[in-house]
Amino acid sequence: MAKNGVFSRLRRFEKSEEMDDFSECLDSDEVHVLAVDDSLVDRKVIERLLKITSCKVTAVDSGRRALQFLGLDEEEASVGFDSLKVDLIITDYCMPGMTGYELLKKIKGSSTFREIPVVIMSSENVLTRIDRCLEEGAEDFIVKPVKLSDVKRLKSYMFGEGPIQRQDNKRKLQEEPSDISLTPSPSSSSSSPSSDHTMSPSQSSPSVSSPCSPRSFLSAPCSPISLDSPSRRFKTSNHD
Amino acid sequence: MEVNQMQRSFLEYATVLFREGFLDGQFSQLQMLQDESNPDFVVEVVSLFFEDSQKLLNDLTTTLDQQNVDFKKIDAHIHQLKGSSSSIGAQRVKNACIAFRNFCDQQNLEGCMRCLQHVKQEYLLVKSKLEALLRLEQQIVAAGGAIPVLSEFS
Repeated sequence: MAKNGVFSRLRRFEKSEEMDDFSECLDSDEVHVLAVDDSLVDRKVIERLLKITSCKVTAVDSGRRALQFLGLDEEEASVGFDSLKVDLIITDYCMPGMTGYELLKKIKGSSTFREIPVVIMSSENVLTRIDRCLEEGAEDFIVKPVKLSDVKRLKSYMFGEGPIQRQDNKRKLQEEPSDISLTPSPSSSSSSPSSDHTMSPSQSSPSVSSPCSPRSFLSAPCSPISLDSPSRRFKTSNHD
Repeated sequence: MEVNQMQRSFLEYATVLFREGFLDGQFSQLQMLQDESNPDFVVEVVSLFFEDSQKLLNDLTTTLDQQNVDFKKIDAHIHQLKGSSSSIGAQRVKNACIAFRNFCDQQNLEGCMRCLQHVKQEYLLVKSKLEALLRLEQQIVAAGGAIPVLSEFS
């Protein structure tokens, strides 16, 4: 089943416009995160936070770009656009145009992409907002400014050997290649939807050993939303 | 000046900045993200912050100067400035933004103008202090020394 041999590299080369580092392409063990934030400063920080925790990062500046990247934007022709496999989407809540909440809804409303966990970041520690997002299917809600411990915690309970797993992680147990619904072909386009997005050459391979593998040892489904530090969400904020 | 002395100066200066509230734990977080593979990370982020802030402050000035002040726009700008200052640990700027926002909510023009002055002041202060701190940092690195860790301030 592993098609990440020479063939996939060639396919990627054909479709690729900008990929020049093939050596990174097929590193299927790394988690690929799509980060969405309209703030340049925050994008730089979140990108670094994710990279330092060994994630591949694609950072875009709007919900619209995020959807384009995923191939979900109806207005853009996405025929032949094979989206790169995204393991996690982390998005700011307050953004002009499409809010993070709206982006969340679009993703959860898509049969192809609703399996991708979405984490919301916000500087406002508003309970109703948090609840709304969680109800809509967000995995977690991080109060900004985002710290290294937030990202580590996130990564470990979603993709690591953390003992705390979500109820619906079982979806990842059923059929290992969670990208079955994405694309069977190993190729991935490298179009750059965002002017400043940092595109890491994709590691997405259709092989079974993609980011699913760290989760493959998951045992029985556990309690819903278990967060190591729920207090994080309710941290005393000196905001309005 | 030898490296140890430079490192001590750096730590002393950083301590003052934290004590006086110019910087908070988030700045230490950024320091932690800097390493051999990304030796200029902090300088890069801080530079982005300066560019971003300057633009926002200019926009705020212009917007407040209009005949009919668009408070929604003001709010959007302050929100951005508050966010980015928070992300780099520029605590006093962030707090000044919070105060600004309150006046904006009340559509209190005079209050907003005062706040804008205050935010500008705080911004210029933290800018010069950060530049000084980062210069010290660069001197240490140039002399082959390691940048002291600021973790106690996280």
